[in-house]
Amino acid sequence: MQHSVSIRDLSLNFGNVRVLENLNLDIAQGEFIVLLGPSGCGKSTLLNCIAGLLDVTDGQIFIGGKNVTWEEPKDRGIGMVFQSYALYPQMTVERNLSFGLRVAGMKKDEIEKRVARAAEILQIGPLLQRKPVELSGGQRQRVAIGRALVRDVDVFLFDEPLSNLDAKLRSDLRVEIKRLHQRLKNTMIYVTHDQIEALTLADRIAIMKNGVIQQLADPHTIYNRPVNLYVAGFIGSPSMNFIQGELKGGAQPTFVADDGTVITTGNYQFDEAPAASVKAVLGVRPEHIVIGEAAHAMPFSTDVEIEIVEPMGSDTLAWTKIAGHPVTFRCSSDTEIRVGQNLKAGFDTARGSIFNAETTNRV
Amino acid sequence: MILTAIGVFVVCIIYSFLLSFTSSRLFPSFDFIGFDQYERLWSTQRWLVSVNNLWIFGLLSIGSNMVVGYLLAVFMDQRIRQEDLFRSIFLYPFAMSLVITGLVWRWILDPNYGLQATVRGWGFADFSFAPLVDSNTAIYGLVVAGIWNGVGVSMAIMLAGLRGVDSEIWKAAKIDGIPTWKTYLQIVLPMMRGAILTAFILQCVGVVRVFDLVVAMTQGGPGIATQMPAIFVIQHITDRANVGLGMAAATMMLLPVVLLLGLQQFIQWRANQKRMNS
Repeated sequence: MQHSVSIRDLSLNFGNVRVLENLNLDIAQGEFIVLLGPSGCGKSTLLNCIAGLLDVTDGQIFIGGKNVTWEEPKDRGIGMVFQSYALYPQMTVERNLSFGLRVAGMKKDEIEKRVARAAEILQIGPLLQRKPVELSGGQRQRVAIGRALVRDVDVFLFDEPLSNLDAKLRSDLRVEIKRLHQRLKNTMIYVTHDQIEALTLADRIAIMKNGVIQQLADPHTIYNRPVNLYVAGFIGSPSMNFIQGELKGGAQPTFVADDGTVITTGNYQFDEAPAASVKAVLGVRPEHIVIGEAAHAMPFSTDVEIEIVEPMGSDTLAWTKIAGHPVTFRCSSDTEIRVGQNLKAGFDTARGSIFNAETTNRV
Repeated sequence: MILTAIGVFVVCIIYSFLLSFTSSRLFPSFDFIGFDQYERLWSTQRWLVSVNNLWIFGLLSIGSNMVVGYLLAVFMDQRIRQEDLFRSIFLYPFAMSLVITGLVWRWILDPNYGLQATVRGWGFADFSFAPLVDSNTAIYGLVVAGIWNGVGVSMAIMLAGLRGVDSEIWKAAKIDGIPTWKTYLQIVLPMMRGAILTAFILQCVGVVRVFDLVVAMTQGGPGIATQMPAIFVIQHITDRANVGLGMAAATMMLLPVVLLLGLQQFIQWRANQKRMNS
């Protein structure tokens, strides 16, 4: 199958600093890929390489089967949306949309048709004669998307497009971008540091750290089967609970926390069952820990004392200790729970993740 | 402190404004004669030449300073090496007194030991380039020196303006396939209104009060070919012992400055209004 975007052995150095190293990424036609990572992980750099705004040091980039490694940005068949919108401030919205096409010498009626279509899709028709300063942040970002839209390209690149917006607008526009993707079915590559955006929008997420893709998978897999400690800790809010200990190998491996608590691994699906004992970290998501009656039914349960309670409205977050390690768990907001309460808490290790403490990889 | 400064400025301005309506000669007197001095002023050949020269000098040097300053700023914006060095070189003339600038250019343009003599020394015996000694071209010699002196400041201000443009604008323009020169001209230039206005006002004020450059280069000559209003004023107050006429000329010089400042205030006010409305 032909990939919409293919990146082969891409490397990029800034002077002596390696920003990207031997990076490979295949993106299918119509796929929504999110590049996710903390600032400085190379995700925006990678996007700029794909756009042709940065010259790569080594490797190749294919878009639509064509090697575009050394093509000009405008010839790559891409449109791009920026964090600061990057609208041309002295031009009206209409001119912002059409300027690139005019410069390219496109026919007037074709330009009009495309602008009208973009305005219709993004519902910015009434704004066409305004200047960017007269628009709200959300409207400006729509115009910026429109500027990518009129280029009638196969691949859309988004560079943290929602980061300058307030929380409410951000979630509104997020839904709109998703709707846009469902309607247009273009390939979209989206850079963000916001994991909610990543989990909600992506077909597949590429989690990056230090210029290397740590895991490339659909949101469900990323969330439930993180490949290493880094991914496990980065994704999820509140973040995953970690219990240090040792994994005793054998036919039925058990996890022994460093205070001696034995936690059965039950039906945990090992990628590779450990032969010998290894130092390990057990990761459990806050929502996978249950309390009270339900805890008795779990393969592992223990007595805990509640230390802090944080009501979040839709649910309640509680802090306690399991096997000597601080642990948070999530329960329904109508659960009666108070500080100092002693109760039973339990979880099924099969829903958690076990990592080798030395390699930090999932076992 | 501020009161003193404003007091001295305002009192002095009012004083010279009042004197322009008197028949003062060597010493100020308060014998008011209405607009007579102004009528005399505008029928004085020397003043008319001064004003005419000011226009030529102003239009040419401001125009060139703005255009060349912008081009230099664009050149400096290309992430060239040794940017600091170039910036110093371009700004250096401005750090020099206009008297020095004037002397340097007087020597360069002097027919006997300047550019003309040098080129003739290379064997081009017919080469002639000595604008200052010809009353038709002397003013253009002043313009050259004026550009050399002022272009660095325009460049520095406009470079600051260029650097203030968001880098994502450049990326967006690249994606849109807009050629670099077109981006500079049609997207970036309009975004730099503030920097351009500042550079323009500075140049204008500099032109209206141009004095030392002329004194150092031509003393207003040959004849009265490079007379300028500021020279006219000083000469009439001192050598020519005609304070009344000099003050009338000074008041005429104040007029464009006030107009310019008013224009700047108005533009700022309008920008603020616009911002408040949106």
